Amino acid sequence: MSFVPGQPVTAVVQRIEIQKLRQGENLILGFSIGGGIDQDPGQNPFSEDKSDKGIYVTRITPGGPAEVAGLRIGDKIMQVNGWDMTMVTHDQARKKLTKKREDVVRLLITRKSLEEAVKHSKGSHPRQ
Amino acid sequence: SRDSSSRGDKSVTIQTPGEPLLDAESTRGDDRDDNWGETTTVVTGTSEHSISNEDLTRVTKDLEESTPLECKRFIGPALGGCLSFFALITPLAFLILPQVLWRDALKPCGTPCEGLYVSLAFKLLVLLISSWALFLRPPRATLPRFFVFRCLLMVLVFLFVASYWLFYGVRVLEPKEEDYRGIVEYAASLVDALLFIQYLALVLLEVRHLQPAFCLKVVRSTDGASKFYNVGHLSIQRAAVWVLDRYYNDFSVYNPAVVNLPKSILSKKMTGFKVYSLDENTTNNSTGQSRAMIAAAARRRDNSHNEYYYEEAEMERRIRKRKARLVVAVEEAFTHIKRLHEDEAAASPKHPREVMDPREAAQAIFAPMARAMQKYLRTTRQQAFHSMESILTHLQFCITHNMTPKAFLERYLTPGPTMQYQQQSGRGRQWTLVSEEPVTSGLRQGLVFSLRRLDFSLVVTVTPLPFLRLGEEFIDPKSHKFVMRLQSETSV
Repeated sequence: MSFVPGQPVTAVVQRIEIQKLRQGENLILGFSIGGGIDQDPGQNPFSEDKSDKGIYVTRITPGGPAEVAGLRIGDKIMQVNGWDMTMVTHDQARKKLTKKREDVVRLLITRKSLEEAVKHSKGSHPRQ
Repeated sequence: SRDSSSRGDKSVTIQTPGEPLLDAESTRGDDRDDNWGETTTVVTGTSEHSISNEDLTRVTKDLEESTPLECKRFIGPALGGCLSFFALITPLAFLILPQVLWRDALKPCGTPCEGLYVSLAFKLLVLLISSWALFLRPPRATLPRFFVFRCLLMVLVFLFVASYWLFYGVRVLEPKEEDYRGIVEYAASLVDALLFIQYLALVLLEVRHLQPAFCLKVVRSTDGASKFYNVGHLSIQRAAVWVLDRYYNDFSVYNPAVVNLPKSILSKKMTGFKVYSLDENTTNNSTGQSRAMIAAAARRRDNSHNEYYYEEAEMERRIRKRKARLVVAVEEAFTHIKRLHEDEAAASPKHPREVMDPREAAQAIFAPMARAMQKYLRTTRQQAFHSMESILTHLQFCITHNMTPKAFLERYLTPGPTMQYQQQSGRGRQWTLVSEEPVTSGLRQGLVFSLRRLDFSLVVTVTPLPFLRLGEEFIDPKSHKFVMRLQSETSV
């Protein structure tokens, strides 16, 4: 999940589609995000590389739409509805997630266990 | 009568035969019928003996300061002094009179009497010293009404001593009592009681008002200078004296030359137009007229705030410039002299310098700075407070005490407290206490009284100090623990 500046980022991602839940006036997703290029990356408990300034999922409301859709705590969000999340400020990320006109957000997330699963499957089933 | 050359207004000339009908200055001569009485300037014969307002106030001030020393000031203390003298002499009289009058018939009394004598002597000494320390002070103020506590105490002492004398006369002098020990004990009990009365006086007069209970806000009516003070339980007149004591130290001196807004800015609003009522039936509604005028004046585009702002800025700049010149002049002047030490005088007999005393030294260096000083004082409108003589004296004082130019200028750069400008005349200052409540009543919430002098007054408002409810919270010193803060987390 670490990146080399100047090189394209490659990662194994999972596609997650979350339906927003209407709660009173607001549409909520049921999780909390942390991180961003304007935040301190050293304090991120979920990132492997402590210079990673990406957006991470820090908390999931149990039973909320995010948990139902399969989001897990510690996931790094790479894209939201096509918008890139690897080089955004915290506020920009929040805005992309909380657009009032959208009922559905399609996230591309990555986590360490995905990489390992792919490696594992690669190792056990070598492809041609 | 208004000046007929105010800008843009109609002006009128009074015609005298032989002159052209219309003067070059007057506009629209046909309007003369309307308002010819309003804007004419009439020149009356000025009298040669005219007194300006400032002269008047100065004359009244001089009058009040030259009144003869009031004897009323000393009646109270004199009365108190007589009473306390009488009270102190009484026990001695009680002891001495039987010895003098019927010495032979008295039963001798041994050691107990001697003990009583010694204790009596010491108690009288203590009474004497504490009376001197507490009560024998020159009075600081005369109050408009009786000082209630003091009168109460004096009456108490008088009644007390009188009743003791009464009993003495009836029980001892008449039957010529022989038991001397009883008489000595009687005198000792009087002295004890006097000590307790003095304790009561101490508490009532000196101690009770020490614990703060009220907050007084004192505002000067002319320029709004205000201060807050905490006082204890006092009567209005005593609180007034208390406030005046603090006034002389804390408030900057009242300068009648510094007014709020120069008239030239304010009065521009009022010229302009008159209101005419064309309806014949209406009675003379003057309030309606003035209200209409004020409303119309307010609707006009008003630039007086602009002018005020610029005039303030200009004045400040001018003051700062003059101050800079003054500081430089004084610094330079002070470099011209230096203190002569004794060994220097002996060491250089070849170059005898002219040795001056402080007065001459001050006069020598005063000349270069005099002009700058005068201009500065005039700009800050302080010239009434400092005469050339006083400046010279102050300069001499500063030179004698090795002060720097900055210390010398401290007196002139900021207007000091009123105390600094007092001349030591024994007459005292006349203040009038204006109050809606009787002045011997105590302070309470919402009371307002004012202290008036000739040209300004101090308005005092009383508010009680808030009651404080102090709670307790114990913190275990081991409970101070810290963690690193997580990044900002937003829930979506």
